Amino acid sequence: MENLLLQALSGLASASSLFLVASGLTVIFGVSRVVNFAHGSLYMLGAYLAFTLVTQLPRGHLGFWGGVVGAAIIVGLIGVVVEVLLLRRIYRAPELFQLLATFGVVLIVQDLALMTWGAQDLLGPRAPGLRGSTEILGLRFPLYELFLIGVGPVVLGLLWLLFHRTRWGTLVRAATQDREMVGALGVNQRMLFTSVFFLGSLLAGLGGALQLPRESVNLHMDLSIITEAFVVVVVGGLGSLSGAALAALLIGELHAFGILVLPKITLVLVFLVMALVLVVRPHGLLGKPEAAARGGQGSAAPLIGPAPPALRRLGLAALAVAVLLPPFLGDYALSVLTEMAILVLFAASLHLIMGPGGMASFGHAAYFGLGAYGAALAGQWLGAPMLAGLALAPLAAGIFGLVFGFFCVRLSGVYAAMLTLAFAQIAWSVAFQWVELTGGDNGILGVWPDRWAAPKLVYYYLALVLCLGATLLLRRVIHAPFGYALRAQRDSTLRAEAIGIDAFRIRWLGFGLAAAAAGIAGGLFAYAKGSVFPTYMDIPRSVDALLMVLLGGVHTLSGPIVGALALTGLQEQLVRITDYWRLVLGSIIVLLVLFFPQGLAGAARARWEARHGDA
Amino acid sequence: MATLEVAGLEKSFGGVRAVQGVSFAVHPGEMLALIGPNGAGKSTCFNMLNGQLRPDAGTVRLLGREITGLAPRQVWRLGVGRTFQITATFGSMTVLENVQMALLSHHRRLGGLWRPVARLDAAPARALLGRLGMADQAERPCGILAYGDLKRVELAIALANEPKLLLMDEPTAGMAPQERVALMALTAEIARESGIAVLFTEHDMDVVFSHADRILVLDRGRLIAEGAPAAVRADPNVREVYLGSGAVTGAH
Repeated sequence: MENLLLQALSGLASASSLFLVASGLTVIFGVSRVVNFAHGSLYMLGAYLAFTLVTQLPRGHLGFWGGVVGAAIIVGLIGVVVEVLLLRRIYRAPELFQLLATFGVVLIVQDLALMTWGAQDLLGPRAPGLRGSTEILGLRFPLYELFLIGVGPVVLGLLWLLFHRTRWGTLVRAATQDREMVGALGVNQRMLFTSVFFLGSLLAGLGGALQLPRESVNLHMDLSIITEAFVVVVVGGLGSLSGAALAALLIGELHAFGILVLPKITLVLVFLVMALVLVVRPHGLLGKPEAAARGGQGSAAPLIGPAPPALRRLGLAALAVAVLLPPFLGDYALSVLTEMAILVLFAASLHLIMGPGGMASFGHAAYFGLGAYGAALAGQWLGAPMLAGLALAPLAAGIFGLVFGFFCVRLSGVYAAMLTLAFAQIAWSVAFQWVELTGGDNGILGVWPDRWAAPKLVYYYLALVLCLGATLLLRRVIHAPFGYALRAQRDSTLRAEAIGIDAFRIRWLGFGLAAAAAGIAGGLFAYAKGSVFPTYMDIPRSVDALLMVLLGGVHTLSGPIVGALALTGLQEQLVRITDYWRLVLGSIIVLLVLFFPQGLAGAARARWEARHGDA
Repeated sequence: MATLEVAGLEKSFGGVRAVQGVSFAVHPGEMLALIGPNGAGKSTCFNMLNGQLRPDAGTVRLLGREITGLAPRQVWRLGVGRTFQITATFGSMTVLENVQMALLSHHRRLGGLWRPVARLDAAPARALLGRLGMADQAERPCGILAYGDLKRVELAIALANEPKLLLMDEPTAGMAPQERVALMALTAEIARESGIAVLFTEHDMDVVFSHADRILVLDRGRLIAEGAPAAVRADPNVREVYLGSGAVTGAH
């Protein structure tokens, strides 16, 4: 009994910390409609800055609390810089582009933090006056945790007063409900947005700074907190402060009791709850459907047709190089080329969902990973030969794609993206925690090709044929009635339904098909690397896929192909040249989003059309 | 037998009774106009006929078969074509491809993964566009078409499944006066030739009185008059509803 109480209390303490971060995220989203991936980075910066300030300032109450508050304010100002330099310019860009740009910021901040504070974990001092513990029902409970439990409600109360008792707060609430109307009433939106970013970032920084006495400061804080904060914000309902509080409570307690009751599936549990909430309440617990944007829908997607002759020649030339050059290359170059072929298919499969399908997927790595695990598990437990494993890969990925997709394709926009993320995290957690089956973090080793395909050159050609074949099949599908039906429901659901097209069914099957194609890529990847790990389906890999599609351009299949080649080549080179490849890559992403919102292929196409007149 | 029979249709939004006890029928080859001032319930009425809205009460029958509450795509499969007040077409496709999509859906060939759309149902789609005077626009993207032309594309799409009934919500809104007359004359011709029943709403009284065989007048959710154009024009109730607008006399 006492144990349960203590567990509940420590659940409250985590809920409180989660709420600080999530409230900032949800307030920013409510007003700007930007899903800010970099919010976790601001949290991490808050912790690092607090560490520096607290250790530099004189010891004692003033030094500690002054350091915490100072860190929060500095992080707030950093948020303002990010808003003014980057986000302000992309408020009208598609959601996934904003997500991508903020992910660029994540990469940049990671390396800046690495440069400044180094790679080792930093342990901060404990809070003066709150070092000890108190007795609750005969069991010891840390005072600092008790203090944190109090912080959440106090911040919630202050925010409530701010939003309901000040003119600024009223404007923020108005903008959350209807941004355009607030603009039409003559409110200075720039100031409003920037100040909201200051507040949201400050809350993230405060959340991070307050972690200092609880845990060590490290470079992984950003991504681990942002997934949790996403869950809280989405479960609560995007833009809803009380929803975030409720969800933080739910998730915090779920963590605390999950460990007690079901220690094996703690990671899955959270995402399972998120998926469940989104299935039952598509806009979160306390969220409301977004007001439909008026106008500003952007121009219609372009027609698709046969590739222009110039592109066709370029493609054939690239194919000739891909076929003729490899016999003269070494093993390392062959592995890189094999990987490129695989990632081209991976990107092309995501393109089917995002381009013609018009859906957002933020967890496409799940199907890549399921393909890889499908093949590896078949080999390990059933002794299946490589070809059987490769046949099983798309099957496993496709079946899970249909199961997950059944729920995902009902939602749209950010919620759809978040539900795909939730399913991907569920898949990842299972691979990570079900050690008996998957080997957990250690992965499955010894997933080697059959003897005939063991030479790198042979395996390269096998991968090339399968990936190119599957990519061309996807292209064929896009030009066939099914692909047109996908675009039809994207262009106008109203018209599609009015001519007998079942939009849900088309989206669902499209999702399953894309998952199966990603599964082929994953299966090939497993045999190429000789092993599979949970990282095959983690968030960075999903982001990689998004990068390839968005940087290349979503409107034509050539886009993701160019994007896949460019990104793999770039990463390969960067890792070799510099230790700070994240900084360079992040900067490149940010610059590309700012200057080529159409993607590389889109920009090339626009230039080509400008030179040769309208098509 | 009547193509469409509507009996006792009701719909409320919150406390507002948008449509109350509306009953009427449309016969093959007939052009029936549904008119009324703004907010009379025309669009609500329309949206209940093809399944976009579910009525609170009442029945909708197509050729004697009850279709109340079916989804739009099911209603379409039973032979009901629809055009929208604000045109809805596929902006990333050409005019021809838009019509092909309707034909492919009608022939249940949308699951095809192999043969390119370019080679499927192109000839009948072109024939349909030729019929509507849009043959020379076939290769243009719908996204850049003039509004009047989009209305014609919508009509071509609506005719693709050889419908028994055409539902046209403000078919000529946004068109030049000359185009309006031409489009409605063409619609009437096609309707009579193929025995299609046409129900349309319209604000332009010239169009209504020169092309409708019969007129229904809706005001505040109720039918207040029904009959031949001359009789409706003379109806004192209708005059009262439109009082001051002068629209019933056909003047502008």
